[in-house]
Amino acid sequence: RVSSDGKPPKFQPPPKPVIIDRKTQKEEKRFLSPEFIPPRGRTDPLKYYIERKDMIQRRKVFNIPEFYVGHVLAVTTADPYASDKSKRFVGICIQRGGNGLGATFVLRNVIEDQGVEICYELYSPRIQAIEVLKLEKRLDENLMYLRDALPEYSTFDVNMKPVPRMDHEEIPVNKLQVRMKPKPWSKRWERPKYNIKGIKFELPEHKMKAAQKWSQPWLEFDMLREYDTSKIEQKIRKELSEELEK
Amino acid sequence: SITGACRAIQKLTRVRVVDNSTLGNTPYHRPPKCIHVYNKTGVGKVGDKILLAIKGEKKKALIVGHKMPGPTMTPRFDSNNVVLIEDNGNPVGTRIKTPIPYTLRRREGEFSKVLAIARNFV
Repeated sequence: RVSSDGKPPKFQPPPKPVIIDRKTQKEEKRFLSPEFIPPRGRTDPLKYYIERKDMIQRRKVFNIPEFYVGHVLAVTTADPYASDKSKRFVGICIQRGGNGLGATFVLRNVIEDQGVEICYELYSPRIQAIEVLKLEKRLDENLMYLRDALPEYSTFDVNMKPVPRMDHEEIPVNKLQVRMKPKPWSKRWERPKYNIKGIKFELPEHKMKAAQKWSQPWLEFDMLREYDTSKIEQKIRKELSEELEK
Repeated sequence: SITGACRAIQKLTRVRVVDNSTLGNTPYHRPPKCIHVYNKTGVGKVGDKILLAIKGEKKKALIVGHKMPGPTMTPRFDSNNVVLIEDNGNPVGTRIKTPIPYTLRRREGEFSKVLAIARNFV
């Protein structure tokens, strides 16, 4: 380069390399299935340790993919009464419950105008395959309100092709606001106890205000209800990575 | 409609007839209701026979799905489904479009004719 003075340009040292340790960052962000985290209680942690060992054994044999509530899954189970001894069900995951080996997830679909929900156990030996067809998180962790929503929001094609995953990092959040059937609903979803953000409430203003009467704003400051899982999670992640490497 | 707590089918539950029989599909000012469950307990689950009151007549029917959650891996339907049946077990209708649980196949001997007219299984 030619400088204004005619002298050689002032020496500029190269920028220091910024070392980003991607491995540890990735390990922290990697998904830990919610059933590994033991519930709050006074039981001996040995029980959960033994259960986790069994869960890891099952996971080594059978691949349980990472999925959240709102994903569309296809599950093939073994059934002695089905033709070809196996049956396949496609549906949206509306809730994940249970801890340890009894972890369950509920899939919902509408077939021939009839809403069907099946509760599957993740670690059941009857399950032959779980495929994730559509990766999509929703605004809530519990989509039970889909029972009272219009059926179009729960219909998924049985022969749906798996949607290819774009990014290997983020799972897209679908900010869909669902429209509901006319009241009465199975639960009063407008009440703040359920804290649902994924419904488009078309109720009049005075009803929404009346529902806020049941809000309990002191609950989030209640210290006895706090359950800090960060340290437990770290321990479990360490255990998992050790066991899966064996 | 008024939805109550979800239990399986018992006396006076309103029920949805699922096959294509004329008795089940013609509109009437009162919905079909269960008046008796052929069971030791009065609660009917999938595969139990019940007595329905439809259009002022009594008719037997078979439960093919209810709103109450059952054992894991079995489907739970959004409505109480029922298939009209004669006394000897022959179905009244000729086709069942709505999905039927596979667990009915266990009693192939009694329900073979009903399973034969079913289209979808879940």
